[in-house]
Amino acid sequence: MEFASSRKKPIRWHIAVFLAPAVFVYTTVMILPLFGTLQFSLFRPSLVGQAFVGLDNFRTLLGDPRWSASFWNALWNNTWFFIIHMLVQNPIGVLLAALLSSPRLRLRGFYRTAIFVPTILSFVIVGFVWKLLLSPIWGVAPGLLDLVGLKGLFAPWLGKEEYALTTLGLISVWQFVGIPMMLIYAALLAIPDEILEAAECDGITGMGQFWKIKLPLILPSIGIISVLTFVGNFNAFDLIYTTQGALAGPNFSTDILGTFLYRTFFGFQLQTGDPNMGATIASMMFFIILIGVCLYLFVIQTRLRRYQF
Amino acid sequence: MKFASLTTLLMGSTVLVGSVAVASAQDVTLTIESWRNDDLAIWQEQLIPAFEEANPGINVVFSPSAPTEYNAALNAKLDAGSAGDLITCRPFDASLELFNKGQLADLSDLPGMENFSDVAKSAWQTDDGSATFCVPMASVIHGFIYNKDAFEELGLEVPQTEEEFFAVLDKIKEDGTYIPMAMGTKDLWEAATMGYQNIGPNYWKGEEGRLALIQGEQKLTDPQWVEPYETLARWSDYLGDGFEAQSYPDSQNLFTLGRAAIYPAGSWEISVFNEQADFEMGAFPPPVKAEGDTCYISDHTDIAIGLNAASPNAEAAKTFLSWVASPEFAKIYANALPGFFSLSSTPVEMEDPLAKEFVSWRGQCESTIRSTYQILSRGTPNLENETWVASANVINGTETPEEAAQRLQEGLESWYEPQQK
Repeated sequence: MEFASSRKKPIRWHIAVFLAPAVFVYTTVMILPLFGTLQFSLFRPSLVGQAFVGLDNFRTLLGDPRWSASFWNALWNNTWFFIIHMLVQNPIGVLLAALLSSPRLRLRGFYRTAIFVPTILSFVIVGFVWKLLLSPIWGVAPGLLDLVGLKGLFAPWLGKEEYALTTLGLISVWQFVGIPMMLIYAALLAIPDEILEAAECDGITGMGQFWKIKLPLILPSIGIISVLTFVGNFNAFDLIYTTQGALAGPNFSTDILGTFLYRTFFGFQLQTGDPNMGATIASMMFFIILIGVCLYLFVIQTRLRRYQF
Repeated sequence: MKFASLTTLLMGSTVLVGSVAVASAQDVTLTIESWRNDDLAIWQEQLIPAFEEANPGINVVFSPSAPTEYNAALNAKLDAGSAGDLITCRPFDASLELFNKGQLADLSDLPGMENFSDVAKSAWQTDDGSATFCVPMASVIHGFIYNKDAFEELGLEVPQTEEEFFAVLDKIKEDGTYIPMAMGTKDLWEAATMGYQNIGPNYWKGEEGRLALIQGEQKLTDPQWVEPYETLARWSDYLGDGFEAQSYPDSQNLFTLGRAAIYPAGSWEISVFNEQADFEMGAFPPPVKAEGDTCYISDHTDIAIGLNAASPNAEAAKTFLSWVASPEFAKIYANALPGFFSLSSTPVEMEDPLAKEFVSWRGQCESTIRSTYQILSRGTPNLENETWVASANVINGTETPEEAAQRLQEGLESWYEPQQK
């Protein structure tokens, strides 16, 4: 190293050249539209084209009783969607990963693949299949419950205000549980055997070993997964749209920010689209996700580093 | 040798070009923009040949695009000046906007326009009714389709009044062989379109109530607008198990498989049902409140055709539009697409018995269109979308009819001036 740095450094053009395509593509398809959207949210159509109105659109969104009711409803539904994923998807993912990494498990490859496969399915297929499974008319769900004598528990879940969103959350968990499982699995495999052996020498085995040794070591992975879940959930749209439609029925009980944005931006049925208010909602989504990710980066991740070796 | 052959070639091509020029001087080709790609065969095999035979020298090309892309594609083509001569018109605001931008020509004086009633034209007129810019083609009628075999088996009569209607439903429910009515609330629009807009006109007296609402003389909280919700709320007892999660195709299948006795319908179902159901079907209009009341039906204007203001072939296009307004077109169109009824005032002879039944109501009942479509769905919140949600809520029992009406009225008042008085 010393030898190399003592010479006069040539300008390393190749770095710029190799970065250029990615930077160019990312800028044109991600960064420019993002700033375009932010800019759009500050304008309203007027007689002479778009007129600058400052933060008026945001004031409408948060101040007008109707807009704000829809917005807070969508935001709360989104939060609940996220809570379901955090409480169900991630613990199950960790559990599955722990089971998979157990050396006594046979057919490991098969389980791993089977659990991961739904992740690569299209939302349209997942939505359609689950709609059929849960259908009170043709679905297998009422029949299966009947077999075990629990027919009374069946309800048309997707059509009930109180259950619809939770049901959709669980469908999404079913689809995506493979991702935390894979990431945690990889993290568990990366734990050096020496540490585990040292733990065994100290008499820490079985469950104790998982809680005291492995879990602290995979916490950074869990943190990453939480952020991915957060970003994914607050950008969610497809599953709700394919199963419940753009009006996110019944009675907007499954309306999340994504469907709210879609309806506003593009319009729906007789409702004409309002790109400016749509851009305002999109900007709010961006800010919410930005705040969430910053919280993670500056508050949580800095603490997690201490556990790393 | 070489020279000679070149000359021949040149001469040949001159002759060719010449003949093309001669042909185009005589023949005009009109292009129709449409979203009805399902109707391509009907246009090519029946409608266009019939027109071309009667009007030699005018060729017509039907060029449809996908329904979901139509509005955007059409706007882009019109702006770029590459749109066809004839434009298929969506009802109300979408077409009105094109007219206001000067992209659709005023057709108020077109020969043949007198064949249509004011209600038929209302979807393609300016708000004050002074200019009409599209020739109405077809409407869809709401009512109830029923399983005739099931009615015979249970010894049921077709209900005329609401009381009889619920008595029939009670009997079907008691018997238990059939689900009394096939409708779900999952897709929301079913509840609003086949429910509220189907039975509603009998309460608000069709056009009278609809126009009064637009002028701000009636409110959605008035009894005639709340009562349909009260009736809808009673429907929930007669729908299949788990109707809250029953989607539109589910309802169609329940009925065509013979598992349900009555289907709240739109006439567009006719051709599908004819293919799928292997029992005899009948239809009845929405039951009136008391015997002898005037009945009102939703005869909703759905499709029309207009003239691109920038068309170089305006004369030929007008000839075509006059033909579209003629009884001849109406007859071919209505028979090729049973369930899409001609809006022409002259009655059209149809062969499909179910379609005949539907259209016969025009003679007995007053026609109106869906209450939310004209003007009232221009603002935010959108009245049509809100009506979907409210109708589903009322049937699901999660909102009372009064609460739903109150919410709709507040939403409408928030942006629609005539209602703010």
